[in-house]
Amino acid sequence: MSLHHTFSALGSGALALALGMVACSDPVEQTARRHQASSAPATAPKTPTYDVTSLPTGEPLVAQLTSPPNVPPPTNRTKPAKVIVNLAVKEVVLPMADGVQYAYWTFGGTVPGSFIRVRQGDLVEFHLHNDATNKMPHNIDLHAVTGPGGGAASSFTAPGHVSQFSFRALNPGLFIYHCATAPVPMHVANGMYGMILVEPPEGLPPVDHEYYVMEGEFYTKGKYHAPGLQPFDMEKGIEERPTYVVFNGAEGSLLGDRALKAYVGDTVRIFFGVGGPNLTSSFHVIGEVFDRVYQEGGSHFQENVQTTLVPAGGAAIAEFKVEVPGTYSLVDHSLFRAFNQGAVGALKVSGPEDVFLYSGKQEETASASEAVPAAKPDALVLAAAVTPSKLTKDEQIAAGKTLFAGTCAACHQPTGKGLPGSIPPLAGSDFLIKNEKERVIGIVLGGLTGQVKVNGNVFNSVMPPWGHLGDDDLANVLTYVFNSWGNDQGTVAPSEVARARRGAAGAGI
Amino acid sequence: MTRFRLLGSGLAVVLATAGPARARPLRAPAGMALVGPGSYSPLYPASPAERTVAVRAFLLDRKPVTNREFLSFVRAAPEWRRDGIKRVFADDGYLSQWATPDSLGPGVRPASPVTNVSWFAAKAYCAARSARLPTEREWELAARANESGPDGSGDAAWTARILEFYSQPATSPSLRDVGTSRPNFWGVYDLHGLVWEWIYDFGASLVSSDSRDKGAADPNVFCGAAGADSRDPADYASFMRIAFRSSLEASYTTNRLGFRCARDAQETP
Repeated sequence: MSLHHTFSALGSGALALALGMVACSDPVEQTARRHQASSAPATAPKTPTYDVTSLPTGEPLVAQLTSPPNVPPPTNRTKPAKVIVNLAVKEVVLPMADGVQYAYWTFGGTVPGSFIRVRQGDLVEFHLHNDATNKMPHNIDLHAVTGPGGGAASSFTAPGHVSQFSFRALNPGLFIYHCATAPVPMHVANGMYGMILVEPPEGLPPVDHEYYVMEGEFYTKGKYHAPGLQPFDMEKGIEERPTYVVFNGAEGSLLGDRALKAYVGDTVRIFFGVGGPNLTSSFHVIGEVFDRVYQEGGSHFQENVQTTLVPAGGAAIAEFKVEVPGTYSLVDHSLFRAFNQGAVGALKVSGPEDVFLYSGKQEETASASEAVPAAKPDALVLAAAVTPSKLTKDEQIAAGKTLFAGTCAACHQPTGKGLPGSIPPLAGSDFLIKNEKERVIGIVLGGLTGQVKVNGNVFNSVMPPWGHLGDDDLANVLTYVFNSWGNDQGTVAPSEVARARRGAAGAGI
Repeated sequence: MTRFRLLGSGLAVVLATAGPARARPLRAPAGMALVGPGSYSPLYPASPAERTVAVRAFLLDRKPVTNREFLSFVRAAPEWRRDGIKRVFADDGYLSQWATPDSLGPGVRPASPVTNVSWFAAKAYCAARSARLPTEREWELAARANESGPDGSGDAAWTARILEFYSQPATSPSLRDVGTSRPNFWGVYDLHGLVWEWIYDFGASLVSSDSRDKGAADPNVFCGAAGADSRDPADYASFMRIAFRSSLEASYTTNRLGFRCARDAQETP
């Protein structure tokens, strides 16, 4: 929250944004716009600083794109220019949470996609590359585009090809872009969204930090935190029952070392968007008040806002000054999303404390009511001490079968036969028979990369490590593998997994 | 419809639908399966009268064309080698996964489906075999069958499996061999779960039969209203196929686009 209204000059600038369109509109529209303007706060409208009837002059510029949470620097231009944007669609497997992977479809390799920054009046020459390694056709609908489909039809591109189209950045504001290829909700649910900022001619007021954050939800086959590569679940999507609601594509992408940073006294601007595909966000920073919010990414701002509502396919610009050091959580204030589905980020503010702004806890005493007894600590200790009962071999196999189906079968197949040429079989595998049990446990814990020979065939793939699964889970799944599809290789006890884990740690793996 | 299959002989014998009195057995040559006759409901009916389209019986390759098979073809027809083909017939990616213009190299599995082939090249390959590319209707009819019946569209587990294939990444450099999955009801392998496939009339997926004239068709693929005109807005797999076909030009090649051939079913007495 700002202590002083240092940006009072902004009102006139924002109004100019609203009027920037006049030069290119027809007379009827001009009248309508003037009418709108007259109901806005009384400030003299600025003359538009560009003319769309003539093309920008000068050498074309190549737009600098950034990955989230970074934002390209201001354009700092006094005139519109021709700007070339090269954006590549990439289908990539990335972590969605600890131990959870997802096959994301992305603009530029990240979720959200690369941030694009241009200036009002710019002629944007857009090149959409669809990588040859991709499986799907893709396109882009930029909400900043005035033209059919926001560029969707003009940018529709098969894998291994490039499309080019051009548009004029007529309206200033913060806009999202997204893939609009059928089935559109699936492309968006797989991460195909990002943002483009069209600066007004006078630019945005300088701040100390600009950050790029987008919220989106994901619909996975497995439950929240179910491990492994999780496929998209269409039914959950149609029912709007997301598994994850996250900032910047993955749980924890703005936590720990990756938290946003600022120093006491700094001004922060967050370009916040919602990719959706379905949810509307109640964007809030716990312990801060937005000094200024350009609601819906438009030209006017509201002041002193606690929580701003950002629609799916919409955006907002939030500005605030940080005065008190500490960690501030970014949340969707629809709180189950924050608490149970991942919608939490952090802004770490360092610097000296000022007890006149925030004191910290000054005193704690017993409350007047003594009716609430303290919880018995013994109960907690007991709960933690209980170990799971030992399973029989059949129980282990049954438990392991479930885990195998959800985690291993995607590659090794439900039949245990693997995939010729890429995934080695587990059924009747001489590799499993030839190798010590310890080595097999070690492979599951630590993964395996490189050539192996199984039943006379050479495989050269990557198996990810599964060490994040518990000793019981791994013992069960290995027992299942050792006793299925004709295999008969005994059982694996949790203690053997634990021992292998300790051995691996000792060996420095 | 009555249907018999002689297992192991490579031949399928089917009685046509007209009834026992007029039934005539139809034979499929080795490597091909007899599909249909049948009918299905396209995602975007061409007109209200065509909510259901009938498809005559036809012959379809049981498996997609492999690298090995396509290599023999270009050895016999050098004008279709990647260093001999005219640019108008294929883009730069044509057969780019092969080590040389007439050898696969160690990174390419001979029995995995050939990809990075243009529509022109696929059509020429089939013609050299006295066959043709399947039409969209034929391909869609064949692909509607699950393992147990001609119409798997009500089988939620089966449709979910198809969709999962589409959401799997294409990061693995080599494709698995053809024919290693389970055949469908017609005895056809790998219509789902391995590669996209060229069809003869890929540009007609929506409206126009001219692949260069897609202007009228495209809006259906993009906008949010795409679901509104369609038979079943939850049929995501069909949407993806239509979108994919619509993104193509006949000279295009992609890493995950292969083909198989078809032939009219010759009724033999």
